[in-house]
Amino acid sequence: MKPEEIERMRDEALAAFAAADSLDALQEAKVAHTGGASPLALANREIGALPPQAKAEAGKRVGMARGAVNKALAARQEELEAERDARVLVEEAVDVTLPHDRVPAGARHPLTTLSERIEDIFVAMGYEVAEGPEAEAEWFNFDALNIGPDHPARGEADTFFVQGPEGGAESGVVLRTHTSPVQIRSALTRELPVYVICPGRVYRTDELDATHTPVFHQVELLAVDEGLTMADLKGTLDHMVQSLFGAEMKTRLRPNFFPFTEPSAEMDMLCYVCKGASVGNPDRPCRTCSSEGWIELGGCGMVNPRVLTACGIDPEKYSGFAFGFGIERMLMFRHNVEDMRDMVEGDVRFTRPFGMEI
Amino acid sequence: MRVPLSWLREYVDLPATETGRDVQAKLISAGLEVETVEHLGADLKGPLVVGQVLTIEELEGFKKPIRFCTVNVGQANGTGEPQEIVCGARNFAVGDKVVVVLPGATLPGGFSISARKTYGKTSHGMICSSDELGMGDDGTHGIIVLPPETEVGKDAIELLELVDEVLDIAVTANRGDCLSIRGVARETAIAYGLPLRDPALLDVPGPNAYGYPVKIADPTGCDRFTARTVTGLSAEARSPIWLQRRLQKVGMRPISLAVDVTNYVMMELGQPLHAYDRSLVQGTIGVRRAQEGEKIVTLDGTERKLHAEDLVITDDRGPIGLAGVMGGANTEIADHDAAENGGNATSDVVIEAAHFDQVSIARTARRHKLSSEASRRFERGVDPQAAAAAAQRTVDLLVLLAGGTAEAGVTEISAPSAPHTISVPADHPDKVAGVEYGRETVVRRLQEVGCDVYGQDELIVTVPSWRPDLDDINDLAEEVIRLEGYENLPSTLPRPPAGRGLTSRQRLHRRVGRALAGAGYVEALNYPFVGEQVFDQLGLDADDPARRVVRLVNPLSDEEPALRTSLLPGLLAALRRNDGRGAHDLALFETGLVFHPRDEQRVAADLPVDRRPSEDDLAALDAALPDQPRHVAVVLAGAREQAGWWGKGRPADWADAVESARTVAREARAELGVRKGQYGPWHPGRCAELFVTVDGEERVVGHAGELHPRVLKTLGLPARTCAMELDLDALERVGDDIPQAPGISTFPVATQDVALVVDAFVPASEVEAALREGAGELLESIRLFDVYDNAEQLGEGRKSLAYALRFRAKDRTLTVDEASAARDAAVALAGERVGAVLRS
Repeated sequence: MKPEEIERMRDEALAAFAAADSLDALQEAKVAHTGGASPLALANREIGALPPQAKAEAGKRVGMARGAVNKALAARQEELEAERDARVLVEEAVDVTLPHDRVPAGARHPLTTLSERIEDIFVAMGYEVAEGPEAEAEWFNFDALNIGPDHPARGEADTFFVQGPEGGAESGVVLRTHTSPVQIRSALTRELPVYVICPGRVYRTDELDATHTPVFHQVELLAVDEGLTMADLKGTLDHMVQSLFGAEMKTRLRPNFFPFTEPSAEMDMLCYVCKGASVGNPDRPCRTCSSEGWIELGGCGMVNPRVLTACGIDPEKYSGFAFGFGIERMLMFRHNVEDMRDMVEGDVRFTRPFGMEI
Repeated sequence: MRVPLSWLREYVDLPATETGRDVQAKLISAGLEVETVEHLGADLKGPLVVGQVLTIEELEGFKKPIRFCTVNVGQANGTGEPQEIVCGARNFAVGDKVVVVLPGATLPGGFSISARKTYGKTSHGMICSSDELGMGDDGTHGIIVLPPETEVGKDAIELLELVDEVLDIAVTANRGDCLSIRGVARETAIAYGLPLRDPALLDVPGPNAYGYPVKIADPTGCDRFTARTVTGLSAEARSPIWLQRRLQKVGMRPISLAVDVTNYVMMELGQPLHAYDRSLVQGTIGVRRAQEGEKIVTLDGTERKLHAEDLVITDDRGPIGLAGVMGGANTEIADHDAAENGGNATSDVVIEAAHFDQVSIARTARRHKLSSEASRRFERGVDPQAAAAAAQRTVDLLVLLAGGTAEAGVTEISAPSAPHTISVPADHPDKVAGVEYGRETVVRRLQEVGCDVYGQDELIVTVPSWRPDLDDINDLAEEVIRLEGYENLPSTLPRPPAGRGLTSRQRLHRRVGRALAGAGYVEALNYPFVGEQVFDQLGLDADDPARRVVRLVNPLSDEEPALRTSLLPGLLAALRRNDGRGAHDLALFETGLVFHPRDEQRVAADLPVDRRPSEDDLAALDAALPDQPRHVAVVLAGAREQAGWWGKGRPADWADAVESARTVAREARAELGVRKGQYGPWHPGRCAELFVTVDGEERVVGHAGELHPRVLKTLGLPARTCAMELDLDALERVGDDIPQAPGISTFPVATQDVALVVDAFVPASEVEAALREGAGELLESIRLFDVYDNAEQLGEGRKSLAYALRFRAKDRTLTVDEASAARDAAVALAGERVGAVLRS
């Protein structure tokens, strides 16, 4: 077993590995140069037959050659695998811009989610959300709110009346015209102090058009406690519009009349688009507020003591404030909805962009 | 209420520079809703002058009659020569005084006047109608013919008061006093801190025995009645221009002098008045309630059947007026036109200035659907103390303008009444506002609105007769706060007690919405109005409880007079609408109330409001309301999964509908049972009945599946439309509020698959239930992964169900034998229960 012989075997193996240009070719070279029938393996086996004094020398030489071969094999193996992996990754590349609208997204209605957003503002302040029936007793919808039997709002002009027994006209039940009856229910059943927010669907006999719908949504608020003031009402409104439209927002109260509040006010919020800059400035007209600088929100006031009395609350000890406004209107000016019909027709193109929350 | 600024200035000395918009801002801040300020004659430019028609030449040969006129306009045209004008109107004659606009002028609307050729002549200007001058309706729509004494060449802009500003105020229901110039002037004076010249402060002779006889049978309905008589009214007298113009500016049409005067005084003082032709009134004027069956023809020519609660004015014959609402035709005064037509012009009138009960007038006006200027004022409150002054003002004007003579007799009947006083703590307004105004400010503000105020800490406030709306202490607080300015209120936040957040129910409603939206459904909020034919279209049985509906007395549409008992009609309509607009792959959902009449219907009672009603009374109210459970529903059509570059799509099918119910049930943490069902709108072979178990009893809470082809055809819906509807309240009741953790084992899982062959009609749910029970507690989960029904291999009417069973123990690694034993037990029970055999 000549040393040159061993070196040749080693060099042949190294050359074969280097020449292998694929993992398959390397596998063949591996079998040929490291397998049981490979020259080096055969040489290794021959060592046993050598005289003892030559064994050590030969063993060392063959072992070193095999070590170098295995090392070269492993290195080449790694090299070829890395090449293959790189190639596969290139081959597996896709067009990531392909659309995948397999199941189109769903969405909740913006009236639902806007209402929830407003509820959450008040829940964070400690208010609770109160709900009630939509077909409501006239006593809750009118009488208890100081809207007596002769009040014009009780005429057929605004209110849907429910038929009574045997189809009679008298049932004492209407489709609620506001969520104020929920305020009454809350004041009657909750422990004082009462701080509730009353969202819900309400009904008035308006024909559907671009700015009216007979079925719409309101959020109303009622607070009854000792020592509540109009300043508290103002602060609460300011907080709400700031939460919804930004820190620099504020509200404005204008005297008005409602039977269920005294004093009563109409509430406006600063136009969140122009912040009033469009007023008297024809060069910068504002579409959102018609260059008025303010947007009308709804009605509010201090709860009429008569309403407290009807709920069994002592008006000498407690006072309250309340407000209410329409969600549809707010959705219109907050989200640029131009036609109220879009909110009632259920067209998926309208609703989808609003997603889960607004 | 329309208020001309020029009229307002008569009673309040506003600074000359103050514009309508300035006054608007002040009044809005004080609480009067000034909606618009109309600038009359804003773009009007003269010369606009009085002319006298000298000649009229009728031009022939045109489609309509045309006149070529010469008009004397004095020196207004610079030459003094007659002005040549072509005119198409015919209601004037030679010698008439008319309004002429000369070249160089601009009429309202930016209409520039110049000499122009027309009808073969040159017209140097125009003879004007009231429309062209923006004066409002004078009832003629023709040329304005001025009184003969009007001076030729005079500036007509000034003469006709064409330049003015008019505030339009939406008066709230409590402020009847502001339906008059007097009331608005008072508010203006307060807002500016200026004195008011009260037009109702007139010298009025005291009542005597010689006035026209009046008898009031109902002093509650009519607590004051003043009657005055004026005789010898000239038949030729017309309303002067200034009076006509004021009426036009407030939005009324001049009619005849006597009528115009009563309208004018009503606008000025807020007191409705009525003038009777004395020659037509027979005997004593009375005020009483009508007798059932009595009739009256009102001034609008309508015969009205009276109700026993209607308050009427009578003479010896019967009703001559609907008190406070409208007079009767039988005593109507006749003007000069009537006289020209052969009748007799009224020469003697009896003036009525009375005060009627608010509620009574409101009811009568509503009952007869007759809202008049008078009734609007009485409904909202009229100053009872102004009646005598208003009558005097009317008499004065008739004497002045119609050449009449006031009779000395003055009738004045009034029920005794004490002024209304309110006792209010001096710091009450402070407490309501959250501002320290102090007693002095409070007293001063109350005095400004006309109250008499006495007392120190406790104020005794006597409210003025013109403010019947000031009724309790918060009304007084509002007066102080509004005059101090709502805009000056500070902004503070109350400190509510700690809240408990949303209720479980409210959270559930949000979760259901999110889960369905997450599953690709789009929320639609549909109207709850339905027509009952929809139940036929949905294929409901004749005795289906869903056909029992709550009906409306006054629905918007007679086609849809009832309230929904199911969400499907609305949702399916929304689906059809979307489909019609080109969206064909649709998944919609809705949650909302449905309405069911109670078995025993009752009328909701009218409870008192002066105290808390009893618990029983409140419970009775609730019992009279329809049952209103909250439902959730979905509808699907077209593709549930779209086809695309990834491969084929998948049409929405019955299984999606059933799965949506499971989605809702998962959110409700309720165990929802599904079994084969058959109900109305659904395909009889593809309908799942959804049920829950309450106290051991199964209760059906909804259905899901593919809709019946006949229903789809009738309703015009896409083929294979699917739907689900559930009683969400029922699910909420059986749901777990607090979910429990399952206890996770970390030992290895042992998986065993079995394929079972059963008869085709055996529901998979029953097979699965048997497997579950048979497998015992080692079973972690079970999943059906294949259904196979090849008749050649399985035999006719058989199917194969393949399940993956996963076993795991809490405390050890299961051996293969243990897992196999559990599987065998499961298969054995399935064999016993539903005849399942292992597929070999």
